[in-house]
Amino acid sequence: MAVVREITFAQALNEALDYEMGKDEKVVVMGEDVGLYGGIYGVTAGLYEKYGPERVRDTPIAESGFVGTAVGAAATGLLRPVVELMFIDFLGVTYDQIYNQAAKMRYMFGGKARIPMVLRTTCGAGFSAAAQHSQSLHALFIHVPGLKVVMPSTPYDAKGLLISAIEDDDPVIFIEHKGLYAVKGPVPEEPYSIPLGEADVKREGKDVTIVATAAMVHKSLEVAEKLAEEGVSVEVVDPRSLVPLDTDTILNSIKKTGRLVVVDEGYPRAGFATDIAALAASRAFEHLKAPVKIITPPATPVPFSPALENEWIPSAERIENAVREVL
Amino acid sequence: MPVEEIPRETLLWMYETMVRIRVHEERVAELFAQGKVPGFVHLYVGEEAVAVGVMANLRREDFITSTHRGHGHYIAKGGDVKASMAELFGKKTGSGKGKGGSMHIADLDVGELGANGMVGGGIPHAVGAGLGIKLNGLDNVAVAFFGDGASNQQNFHEGINLAAIWKLPVVFVCENNQYQISLSYDKQQTIKSVAERAKAYGIPGVSVDGQDVLAVYEVAKEAIERARRGEGPTLIEAKTYRFRGHFEGDPQVYRSKEEVEWWKKNKDPIKLFEEKLLAKGIATREELDAIWEKARKEIEEAVKFAEESPWPSKEELLEDVFSTPTKGVLVWQW
Ligand SMILES: Cc1ncc(C[n+]2csc(CCOP(=O)(O)OP(=O)(O)O)c2C)c(N)n1
Repeated sequence: MAVVREITFAQALNEALDYEMGKDEKVVVMGEDVGLYGGIYGVTAGLYEKYGPERVRDTPIAESGFVGTAVGAAATGLLRPVVELMFIDFLGVTYDQIYNQAAKMRYMFGGKARIPMVLRTTCGAGFSAAAQHSQSLHALFIHVPGLKVVMPSTPYDAKGLLISAIEDDDPVIFIEHKGLYAVKGPVPEEPYSIPLGEADVKREGKDVTIVATAAMVHKSLEVAEKLAEEGVSVEVVDPRSLVPLDTDTILNSIKKTGRLVVVDEGYPRAGFATDIAALAASRAFEHLKAPVKIITPPATPVPFSPALENEWIPSAERIENAVREVL
Repeated sequence: MPVEEIPRETLLWMYETMVRIRVHEERVAELFAQGKVPGFVHLYVGEEAVAVGVMANLRREDFITSTHRGHGHYIAKGGDVKASMAELFGKKTGSGKGKGGSMHIADLDVGELGANGMVGGGIPHAVGAGLGIKLNGLDNVAVAFFGDGASNQQNFHEGINLAAIWKLPVVFVCENNQYQISLSYDKQQTIKSVAERAKAYGIPGVSVDGQDVLAVYEVAKEAIERARRGEGPTLIEAKTYRFRGHFEGDPQVYRSKEEVEWWKKNKDPIKLFEEKLLAKGIATREELDAIWEKARKEIEEAVKFAEESPWPSKEELLEDVFSTPTKGVLVWQW
């Protein structure tokens, strides 16, 4: 295989946006500071200069207003908006537009609406940003029918999945972990798409399956690497898209290894991790050789102090212990 | 606006459309009372002149967003009454295949982006339609309908501000029927008129008698033409009154019978318009009677269609959630 250049997760997303904007005039980017500033994470850098203020639109702090604007614009078929919502924590301000409007229009209109929009937002703790800027609230979106929910872990996946998300005719919530923006990885220069609903086996193994999301994929891979030295073979499955969910790949892995650890940065109750555990219990119980282990933060707000926050975020050590326990 | 300045054809369309809405709504009230229409039903009786005065200035390609009280907007925008009646019944042939009901009647084919169960929820959708129109270089407009109650909601303030700063072709039409369920207008806001709020967003705001279809037509015409010319949004407040309760079954403890009777007697938009048409010799009594007759027939046919239509099949429960098929599990069932 030819050597592929390495770029960051943020740059990979930027390439996807650039490609889609270049290809289709209907694609517009909207959000706070996405224009000249290039987005507070730098994901929209250069787009304003290239496509102008009409298509790279800075908005006032009116989350419900601009997310609703995207919903309406998408419903008319005149635009394919990509909205940036700085922090997933702010989604409460605009939640009605997501869960009652975007998610339900097609169904309520008897299949006569398409809502081709992407809401890009960020999740993740680890920056002492405290309880209102650090959450991983993807479960809130998974919970509501009518939304597609994507959560990439690598630059390669980020580019391919964002291209698919923008080309999809349904509302897609695209969640980027803040801790991943600077992560580098191989990304082809040419555009490519990764189908939504296709999980990726990030590492093959035969003894234990870890299903992990976003930043937790990297921690799980570290643990797998370490345990490999002891002869423990860990398979790491990254669903990448949480809705639709590639249950086949997840269940096949559980059937193969007979052991499951789920690692997610979302809150513990009624979350993505419990969802996967329930899937295993209801559809692969007879293959399980040990109880499923779930690793998530505790049910507390995210603390500010680095000492406490480190404790809050699932650590490699906890993942490692969980794997040892199920073995 | 003097009737002489409006084509006869338009005047008769306005009269006919108001009558169609009135007949529709009164018939739906009966059907609801008979238990044939399930769910919540919010009727538009008394407010017909607002939808009609505005819609007389719109084209099929223009967009509107509607409210939980949306039947009138739907009919005036050119929606198919058979499809909406079937929807009210929850039938397979309904505009939403029986999945939306009264609060979610929509018809994207005529630019009706949907009634809405969330007060204020549709306002930004009109802003989005306006943005789409502008970026595609079209000369269409989008009109957001909403109530006085909704004008206190975040989506109103945020939506109108976005349309103002971006100079979008959007017209905001507040149907001030003076009640937010039971809370009267003077207890909702301290300003005399919702139109005054336009000042905060640097756009024109006008207040109009919403029972006078020609007055609504005139201010809407100006606002819509202004929007088409690329001069940005306008806020219109149409002062109106709902003759029926907030929803069917509302005991209406918050207002007196006398007040309602006064409005019905003195400010019925259809009666007022009728008097004008007759006085000016634009139509004869016989012609107007024929319009009522035709409307009753149309609505009866729609009711018959709805009654005879089949219920949706069980399989349809799982359909229409998503439009783009993808790999993986999209519609979850354990
Ligand atoms: C966000 C939201 N809050 C509350 C309600 C309940 N509700 C339905 S209609 C209504 C009153 C709306 O009043 P107004 O906007 O003046 O419209 P009108 O009913 O008078 O036409 C309320 C409170 C709702 N549907 N949505």
